[in-house]
Amino acid sequence: MHKRLKRGARLNKARYAWGLYINLQNDKDRRQTTDRTNRTDRSLFSSDPQAQSEGPELRQVMISQFFVLSQRGDNIVFRDYRGDVQKGSAEIFFRKVKFWKEDGEEEAPPVFNVDGVNYFHVKVVGLLFVATTRTNVSPSLVLELLQRIARVVKDYLGVLNEDSIRKNFVLVYELLDEVVDFGYVQTTSTELLKSFIFNEPILVDVARLQALGPAGLFMQGTKRMPGTAVTKSVVANEPAGRKREEIFVDIIEKISVTFSSSGYILTSEIDGTIQMKSYLSGNPEIRLALNDDLSIGRGGRSIYDYSGSSGSGAVILDDCNFHESVHLDSFDVDRTLSLVPPDGEFPVMNYRITQEFKPPFRINALIEQAGPLKAEVILKIRAEYASSITANTILVQMPLPTYTTRVSFELEPGAVGQVTDFKESNKRLEWGLKKAMFLLNALMSCILNSIAGGSEHTLHAKLTFSQESHGNITKEAGPVSMNFTIPMYNASRLQVKYLQIAKKSKTFNPYRWVRYVTQTNSYVARI
Amino acid sequence: MVKSFQLSFSFGHPQTQNASVQSRRDLRNSNPSPNSYGNRNPNSTRKGEVSDLKMQLRQLAGSRAPGTDDSKRDLFKKVISYMTIGIDVSSLFSEMVMCSATSDIVLKKMCYLYVGNYAKGNPDIALLTINFLQKDCKDEDPMIRGLALRSLCSLRVANLVEYLVGPLGLGLKDGNSYVRMVATIGVLKLYHISAATCIDADFPAMLKHLMLNDPDTQVVANCLSALQEIWSLEASQSEEASREREALLSKPVIYYFLNRLKSAMLELIFKLESKEIYDHLDWVLRIFVLKLSTVAERIPSFGGWVSFCSYQRGGLGIRRLVMFKQSLLNVEDQRMKEFSEWAQCLVLELVAKYVPSDSNEIFDIMNLLEDRLQHANGAVVLATIKLFLQLTLSMTDVHQQVYERIKAPLLTLVSSGSPEQSYAVLSHLHLLVMRAPMLFSSDYKHFYCQYNESFYVKKLKLEMLTAVANENNTYEIGECTIAVTQCFTEIAVVSKSVCPVTELCEYAANVDIPIARESIRAVGKIALQQYDVNAIVDRLLQFLEMEKDYVTAETLVLVKDLLRKYPQWSHDCIAVVGNISSKNVQEPKAKAALIWMLGEYAQEMQDAPYVLESLIDNWDDEHSAEVRLHLLTAVMKCFLRRPPETQKALGAALAAGLADFHQDVHDRALFYYRLLQHNVSVAENVVNPPKQAVSVFADTQSSEIKDRIFDEFNSLSVVYQKPSYMFTDKEHRGAFSFTEELGNLSIGVESASNVVSAQIVEASDNDLLLSTSEKEESRGPSSNGSAYSAPSYGASSNHPLPAHSPQSSLAIDDLLGLGLTISANPEPLPPSLTLNPRAVLDPSAFQQKWRQLPISVSQEYTMNPQGVAALTTPQSLLRHMQGHSIHCIASGGQAPNFKFFFFAQKAEELSTFLVECVINSSSCKAQLKIKADDETTSQAFSDLFQSALSTLGTP
Repeated sequence: MHKRLKRGARLNKARYAWGLYINLQNDKDRRQTTDRTNRTDRSLFSSDPQAQSEGPELRQVMISQFFVLSQRGDNIVFRDYRGDVQKGSAEIFFRKVKFWKEDGEEEAPPVFNVDGVNYFHVKVVGLLFVATTRTNVSPSLVLELLQRIARVVKDYLGVLNEDSIRKNFVLVYELLDEVVDFGYVQTTSTELLKSFIFNEPILVDVARLQALGPAGLFMQGTKRMPGTAVTKSVVANEPAGRKREEIFVDIIEKISVTFSSSGYILTSEIDGTIQMKSYLSGNPEIRLALNDDLSIGRGGRSIYDYSGSSGSGAVILDDCNFHESVHLDSFDVDRTLSLVPPDGEFPVMNYRITQEFKPPFRINALIEQAGPLKAEVILKIRAEYASSITANTILVQMPLPTYTTRVSFELEPGAVGQVTDFKESNKRLEWGLKKAMFLLNALMSCILNSIAGGSEHTLHAKLTFSQESHGNITKEAGPVSMNFTIPMYNASRLQVKYLQIAKKSKTFNPYRWVRYVTQTNSYVARI
Repeated sequence: MVKSFQLSFSFGHPQTQNASVQSRRDLRNSNPSPNSYGNRNPNSTRKGEVSDLKMQLRQLAGSRAPGTDDSKRDLFKKVISYMTIGIDVSSLFSEMVMCSATSDIVLKKMCYLYVGNYAKGNPDIALLTINFLQKDCKDEDPMIRGLALRSLCSLRVANLVEYLVGPLGLGLKDGNSYVRMVATIGVLKLYHISAATCIDADFPAMLKHLMLNDPDTQVVANCLSALQEIWSLEASQSEEASREREALLSKPVIYYFLNRLKSAMLELIFKLESKEIYDHLDWVLRIFVLKLSTVAERIPSFGGWVSFCSYQRGGLGIRRLVMFKQSLLNVEDQRMKEFSEWAQCLVLELVAKYVPSDSNEIFDIMNLLEDRLQHANGAVVLATIKLFLQLTLSMTDVHQQVYERIKAPLLTLVSSGSPEQSYAVLSHLHLLVMRAPMLFSSDYKHFYCQYNESFYVKKLKLEMLTAVANENNTYEIGECTIAVTQCFTEIAVVSKSVCPVTELCEYAANVDIPIARESIRAVGKIALQQYDVNAIVDRLLQFLEMEKDYVTAETLVLVKDLLRKYPQWSHDCIAVVGNISSKNVQEPKAKAALIWMLGEYAQEMQDAPYVLESLIDNWDDEHSAEVRLHLLTAVMKCFLRRPPETQKALGAALAAGLADFHQDVHDRALFYYRLLQHNVSVAENVVNPPKQAVSVFADTQSSEIKDRIFDEFNSLSVVYQKPSYMFTDKEHRGAFSFTEELGNLSIGVESASNVVSAQIVEASDNDLLLSTSEKEESRGPSSNGSAYSAPSYGASSNHPLPAHSPQSSLAIDDLLGLGLTISANPEPLPPSLTLNPRAVLDPSAFQQKWRQLPISVSQEYTMNPQGVAALTTPQSLLRHMQGHSIHCIASGGQAPNFKFFFFAQKAEELSTFLVECVINSSSCKAQLKIKADDETTSQAFSDLFQSALSTLGTP
């Protein structure tokens, strides 16, 4: 009865027009009855006192306290906004998180309640950002706020870590005063806050520190990326005295793949985000063009119906959302996002893809009984991307049977930069491959048979057991999981075709950095 | 401003002169940092340093030398870092105030922070600060004005409020939006220090004016927050405040906010029907003026429009309005400052409370806010979803469409945010999946767990998988089992045919033990829900073959439940269970389950008596009383079936039981002993009665609680899976709630009834007449048949109420000799009570009565199937009840939950009965709450009501 209304070639096919049938059908009787019941019913319920105490409350979105704790539980910053939660809350919180033991869980959930006080926390670079409140607030709002506070602080300090916050805690207090007043959020816009902030950030030594978030990846990265750029504060001046005009666009994709024991892909998903960080002065407008063949929504087809999508080459997003500064006026026509980027780091667009894609690695895992107290594990991984690309810090892990006592490893001859380990405590096999290896190997294969990519590595491991295993050994081990980061590679083929900055003058030619990276969210092969 | 202070930055290093060794250790790692754990007794160790600071501050206070500000900054920082870690530096108060006479804004800010923290504890010295704060409130720089005003209001000292009123009044009228922003929240702060002062100064009215007129959106949002808090706190004392609070939800105000939510949303106002435009002309113009004035700031040529508009306010025709609309659409490109995402959440929450007058209006609002679902901020999206769900509650098909529409945005939010944000969103998704699993049945792949997810996320996902496993999926399960010869070696043939259960089985082999346990329970839950269970039973039995202790343990418990529900599977199950050595089972729950099966199926299991015997031999090593109780019962059952083999074991068990230190075990042993002495066949009847299969287990959450949680969408209730009254204190509940006594009243009654049913359960636990295995069944009837509809008990326990009233009335009829005529007429009225067929009561009177009266009868009633079938059109119930002189005043909800409010009046006098009736059509239950003017007749009325309800759907 209800139809989706496609407004011409409007951006999102999912754009709805609600209530079409009322106009189309114009069924008088029906409408009248709905009207009537609505009226009596809702008008009573809305003012029905009972409904008010239980029902759709107008909840005040306010927090009582905000604090940042170090890993050891030290108060780095503590701000009490409303004074209705006791002062010792930080200690109560930390004890609870540290020694969490409820419903068999060993990790505290992000939200919990102790004696009527609700504690929210997010973990950012090993720090705990915590808010408390006594009211029944929206959890996603508070968690989002905490994340946003972390981002704003990072924007101002350049680097977010314990050291930088400790050195700049007065600035952080300054920020906190403006971000929240009496528990109510005022603004979290790095840009708007600029006019209220008077402290200068004290910059910490960047080289030995890891930056916040996925952008931190680029720190270790290739020479194309200036190392210090992403750790620059939005307010600090460059040593040279003049700000460098530049803008960073990062396409970060997290992939989740599950292979069945026979090598089929059971599930695959890409969670992508286009992250932007602008150091442009004067807020020029920016146009960001994406693939022409990009489409959103999968129409009537089921999400996991792959037929026809993989071959066509088009990039199909299941769904996406945009930062509020993004204008989608010409998105339908030429897949261009236009925006005036606010200062600081922010996600321009988040997207989700379940379209089938070529996984960067194939995993083959085998475990075989090799005698009453012995078994052999063979792990094989094959890189299935172009040889010009290098994956970083690859780690393969596999849980072994609990009665495994000893593991001897056998690497392929000539292996470079590979580390193997058997973690006794959790009976886990670990195989680390340095990034150099794939590059080297890929180069070699290039030289040898001039076929790009396709390098492959194998690990043999011999297990010794303390007891005889009964039944099927594959039940006792696995699955194999893999962690890696591949810079300048994205699984979805979503691209930024160009990045146009509205020109202010002829000499205005800012640096533009567009970077891609693929990370693993969950990369698992069952055995 | 001085920018070179970093050079001299060296605060807090313990090189500070005479810091003791102790304090050095406290500072840990010589970090220039605050740290809380080293400060067990900070005051004694730091006293020296604090008094040292005091000295230095004093020296600087009078100094005018260049560089003073830098030194002050360092000292101030040190003070604040001490403050952060909880060292009491309040003794420095006067010095800090003396030092604050400066033009350096960084210093000022630090000083404000300090003062705000300690003023409350030192009200006398706080007076010192008033002077300079008041002066700063008149500073030229709006920034300083704002900051000073904020600190002034943050002092939290009751006897200083008189100094607040003046600056606040000025602040609200300040030309700078920052100052106004601070002032609006300042009013709220004042209210919390001294409500009377705030009201007397007429600040709420000023806030209201600002809220409706200020061009700055943050000022507007702050006004809204402040007014919501003030008016709902005031509402209990003042009629006016509660009226004002209601007015926040009136159409003009809501439309005003909606229109300011986004400039492009201007359209909405024109959808007001033309008559209404006249009614709200003033409002329309107000918005125009606002919009134009913000535009005019950027485009001078629009200044003229502004003055024109303001001038024309009031005397303007529709045609003019259309002109305005046109001109406004032209300037739409010039985007005005929009509400921040946080303020949007606030507004959306407000709108969710609004009651649109008809469905067109609902659709207008939804179309308007449709694009909010694509916002990157999860809080905005969830607030929008809540609004959509609330708006469409009474339109079942649109409501369902909303579910379809919000799926994709929710899934995107789950995967795009930090793990913490995903968790919050996932909890909401979980709620929706639990409410309407069918709608998500094709999305089950999204609920597959990833190996690196945290436990709490995995748990939610498992529950969702369990819920969406519907019959279509189970069909796939069947296919899978055929294709998959062995569950764990060859999983999942083709990716498409992977089904939740296979996936769950995968998790069962998981190395992560808690998750493995959860997944086994999940598989069991699916089995307990489904009709076609053989595939799943196979799976469970394969779990037993895995020979992992915890897997076996969990599976045993499940097999027990399965057997209770599907006794027909006993043959297969018993064969496998019989192979399990009781020595491998250690967990009490699993052991109890195994023992229960041994007793229950003693006939089928060859060596049951001997296994039991060996268990009894180890009686003293058995620490769990639960296991010992089960052992007693099992050996009894076994004895009754296979006396010669078990006699010895029984004797040993009873002896051991009688000597047991645990009261329950002892009592049960004694009871069995006497029972056997008395009569073996009676014992047989008590211990081994024929059992009916259990169709629904009693431990599922009640539908009312689920509904409440749904009503509180986008709040902590969803994450905790509890309604808010279970975790918030009364005084901290939402702003709109804590003044309502009635709500608390009904909640009080409910929690009382919870307690009662808990006691009943407790009692039945200890009831020796029942073997523990029957405990769960007994829970049903004793707690008034909740979630329980086993056919065998149906006759005796489920229909006591309907059975009662017709019977009794029939008995009376017989006595009166009217049997035939009356029984043909399905409306026998008890003679004690006749109702007025033309009773009248207007909604507000109803509300008032409902608020005043206590609940006199609260009952649960099981509907007959015809009645439930008739509920597909709720109107039929209304008509039916009207036939019984019971009138409906309001109704709502959608399948399976309906809510009705009825009233009735006595025929002879003006005595009213009020009824709240919540019907769950899937469980066939109705919950009645009756309030009456005359409580003596309320039971009679309740019977009447129920008898009326029982005839619904019967011709």
